[in-house]
Amino acid sequence: MDCNREYAQLMHQYLDGDLNQREEAILRLHLEGCEVCQKHFHELKRTLTFIQSTEHISVPESLSSKVMQNLPTEKKQVKYKRWFKAHPVLTAAAIFFVLMIGSVFSSWSQDSQLVVSKQENLVIEGDTVIVPEGITVPGDLLVKNGDLMVKGTIEGDVTIVNGELLEDGNMLDEESFTASVGEVNGEFNHVDQFFEWIWYTFKNLFKGIFTF
Amino acid sequence: MDEMIREKIKQVKKGDQSSFEDIVIYFQNRIYQHCYRMLGNAHEAEDVAQEAFIRAYTNIDSFDNRRKFSTWLYRIATNLTIDRIRKRKPDYFLDAEMKGTDGLDMYTRLPSQDRSPGEEVEGLELQRFIHQEIAELPPKYRSIIMLRYLEEFSLKEISDILNIPLGTVKTRIHRGREALRKKLRHV
Ligand SMILES: [Zn+2]
Repeated sequence: MDCNREYAQLMHQYLDGDLNQREEAILRLHLEGCEVCQKHFHELKRTLTFIQSTEHISVPESLSSKVMQNLPTEKKQVKYKRWFKAHPVLTAAAIFFVLMIGSVFSSWSQDSQLVVSKQENLVIEGDTVIVPEGITVPGDLLVKNGDLMVKGTIEGDVTIVNGELLEDGNMLDEESFTASVGEVNGEFNHVDQFFEWIWYTFKNLFKGIFTF
Repeated sequence: MDEMIREKIKQVKKGDQSSFEDIVIYFQNRIYQHCYRMLGNAHEAEDVAQEAFIRAYTNIDSFDNRRKFSTWLYRIATNLTIDRIRKRKPDYFLDAEMKGTDGLDMYTRLPSQDRSPGEEVEGLELQRFIHQEIAELPPKYRSIIMLRYLEEFSLKEISDILNIPLGTVKTRIHRGREALRKKLRHV
């Protein structure tokens, strides 16, 4: 019985692969001569065979779909946060774009009232802005929600938003503009649609950025 | 295969839920069987296996990619099964442990009443009998025996899964084997 206790320890070490060659030889030698230990060792090995032969248990088919259904959804917030962390430049661009669109919208829909950039000597008749004959506008001119009639001279750029360029009450197309009675020495912009307005806003913004 | 799992985990960490489904499908058999063997019934096993996957998902950020995912997942599942067993302990007489005996002696002292030694038990019935005997081991021995012989983890991996020293794993596996030997010697 005493030998058994000692060698049982060796048997377990053997089963765990913890015996060196010398110890293994000692165990083998003892097992050959000791019936009690031999029986013990045999039972242990048989037990392991039994354990490994236990029935196969099949998993319920619905397990994976149940798991997926029960995953927390608040994880989505984390998802966005992660995305933002992983893409700082794109995030900055996205925020910028959202703010930009916002300001474009508000500047577009602010009012439908006639707006004229502040210049002296302009005449306003109803919705029409007139640059009278003999008058020279020294800078740029912006007309929003109204028409423009040029009889005098404009030194800078002209932008008409949501309006037309008129000649004595008649519409004038942009090609013949240079041949109009009045004179525009700068660039002429005619903005009539929302997307053009966005483009115009952006263009100015970037001009602003780059001139800085 | 490890590489595939590693890649999927990266995707899950980035927020891709669908990649997690592949992980569940890949591990569900093993995890479910583990839970089943630990708990001894299908209903609880499904419950706990499900819970284990959900925990793994919600804690995926705390998983260190350099470690083995299966070890981490088994640890979650094993802890959950042990919690479950603890909760039902009052009316689960077999899990009672006697002080200083590490819980084993009480088991081996229990006679296997319903069958006479040497009785022929074959095929499925034998398997059920063995399963039953394993199921009656105290959880701390049962988990190690199962992880070693049914799920084929190394002792070092088992020490990682259960978060106990390697020496303790060895002591427990020795005792677990002895307990089962005594239960199964007459089969
Ligand atoms: Zn001996």
